[in-house]
Amino acid sequence: MKPVYLRPKSLTETVSHYCPGCTHGISHRLVAEVIDELGIQSKTIGVASVGCSVFAYNYFEVDFQQAAHGRAPAVATGIKRVHPDKIVFTYQGDGDLASIGAAEIVHAAARGENITVIFINNAIYGMTGGQMAPTTLEGQVTTTSPSGRTHSVQGYPLKMSELIATIEGAYYVVRCSLHNPAHIARAKRAIKQAFENQIEGKGFSMVEVLSTCPTNWRMTPVEALKWVEQHMIPVYPLGEFKTGEGE
Amino acid sequence: MAEPILMKGNEAIAEAAIRAGCRFFFGYPITPQNEIPEYMSKRLPEVGGVFVQAESEVASINMVYGAAGAGARVMTSSSSPGISLMMEGISYLAGAELPCVIVNMSRGGPGLGGIQPSQADYFQATKGGGHGDYRLIVYGPSSVQEACDLMMKAFDVADKYRNPVMILGDGMIGQMMEPVVFKDDARESSISEKPWATTGNEGRKPNVITSIYLDPEVLDAHNWKLFRKYKAIEENEVMYQTYHEDDAEWFLVAYGTVARICMSVMEKMRKEGVKLGLIRPITLWPFPKAILRQVADKAKGFLCVEMSTGQMVEDVRLAVGGKAPVYFYGRTGGAVPLPRAIEKRVRDVIAGRDPVVTDYLEHNQGGGGK
Amino acid sequence: MDKRVVFNEAHCKSCELCVWICPKQIIHLKQELNPLGYRPAYVSDEDQEQCISCAMCARMCPDAVIEVFR
Repeated sequence: MKPVYLRPKSLTETVSHYCPGCTHGISHRLVAEVIDELGIQSKTIGVASVGCSVFAYNYFEVDFQQAAHGRAPAVATGIKRVHPDKIVFTYQGDGDLASIGAAEIVHAAARGENITVIFINNAIYGMTGGQMAPTTLEGQVTTTSPSGRTHSVQGYPLKMSELIATIEGAYYVVRCSLHNPAHIARAKRAIKQAFENQIEGKGFSMVEVLSTCPTNWRMTPVEALKWVEQHMIPVYPLGEFKTGEGE
Repeated sequence: MAEPILMKGNEAIAEAAIRAGCRFFFGYPITPQNEIPEYMSKRLPEVGGVFVQAESEVASINMVYGAAGAGARVMTSSSSPGISLMMEGISYLAGAELPCVIVNMSRGGPGLGGIQPSQADYFQATKGGGHGDYRLIVYGPSSVQEACDLMMKAFDVADKYRNPVMILGDGMIGQMMEPVVFKDDARESSISEKPWATTGNEGRKPNVITSIYLDPEVLDAHNWKLFRKYKAIEENEVMYQTYHEDDAEWFLVAYGTVARICMSVMEKMRKEGVKLGLIRPITLWPFPKAILRQVADKAKGFLCVEMSTGQMVEDVRLAVGGKAPVYFYGRTGGAVPLPRAIEKRVRDVIAGRDPVVTDYLEHNQGGGGK
Repeated sequence: MDKRVVFNEAHCKSCELCVWICPKQIIHLKQELNPLGYRPAYVSDEDQEQCISCAMCARMCPDAVIEVFR
């Protein structure tokens, strides 16, 4: 029998702390598959953020730095400037990247830092127990928007890919989803492209990944995938927002 | 021996950092330290280094974190309000045990305060500032030459202990010009000597730079490990200078810019027969407790002079331990104590006109020197 | 017998995404618990024959539990 699918070598053997059905695990696996396929395991340095992915360094068999909340793009800048020949990626959630770290991601993009950003958007703060995120949908109930997010009170969801795509220094900005195997395959292609861009020195690449939080959404994992398709994608349309400088 | 060069403090400090092997600088403009990033933006590319003007002090210190974790000799500089913004990152650097050098050319606070020299950040620098149980190694230079020498030393000490080091200067040290000699020991940066750094895990298990330890037992052990390191620093790294320790009956205690003024006061008053000495802490943490405790056995009293409402004086009192009275004189907000004001204060103290508990405000009005 | 689909049962969290996505509907949860306290996903020996090795289960699995052979 020949293998059709094997566990990526760039993942450690550790059981993740993620809740059952959380698509963080899928994103991790895709990043690890890409690292394996590009043969860059021994030259990759990851930056973990604050939120559910705070322990990302336990799950990747590569060097890692754990950054303060929102500061992963600044930490990645420091690493990449010291080791321009190494592959540096951040792995950040929506609270980290779109809220407290909004300045750091915008300016890393503006500088055209030659790094890869994996941005997990699940429309909620997972680690702290389901509070409203900058990406929470209008009407979505969270523990700090108990009547549902209302734009007159809590403002509108922040569309980071659209925002970052307006920045001249950003080379590649794409939004994808993990709600079924076909979209997972597309997400992997996007992640691979984002790493290849860095290898080729093309500059700042960000892959926004629409993800689930079954626990804090109060749904089964399957219901959560369907919720992404039915409710998140209409607000956060999928696709490439920028492919190449100045486009 | 190299010839002395006349240089502005900020620029001299920047040059010293480069000669110490620093090749990475991340910073954000703020007065009165702008000559440091300006100098670095020109010089670092000449020596194969990297200068990045960050979007904020918050980003600067986190770029320092990344570069330090990647094994580089790295620094940033700022002034009081900017240093406050860096406190989160400094706590992370201390927690993750990353070596780096942070220059604080401090200015008057609180809040936006002013831009003139101040020593009001002593507590922030020496007692933490950020969250958690950590210490910075803090140097308080009192001349441009000393600032340069300490800058060179700071990178070595930071690497030796894997700990952030702060140079606590002030607008005066940064802005004045003095002759400086750069000792001829320019070094390369020493990335290869840091086996813990994240450089890509070629041929080894992955390295992780982190400060999160959710298991209380593990975090407790980590904190006591840091504590033992701080103990070793207290044992090995204390620096101070004493003047007329042998015959002095009364001691001024001051650091940085104020120590220079106190030195003039001391020399003038000694000529008039006053047995006055000076103790000048060079490391503000670790604080030179032992020498103060030692001279307290024979001293009639101490007068601590600062550009604050009284911060280092608390450490002086702790060190003296009640063996002799400790008086205080301070100016704030950019006002620099005048020699004649300090002299009057010394005479008041010696004449017994000044109780230990002092009404600072009344005494300080009009500069206290009229 | 060579299995087409192999589960690392100790790492499974019973999320059932594989159960949901399997086009042959041959993945089920065991009655007994794994060391994590979850009922691991599995394919019975007789159902292995029906597996078409499409690997959708493996690509859907958040915990990298599944390996697939043909």
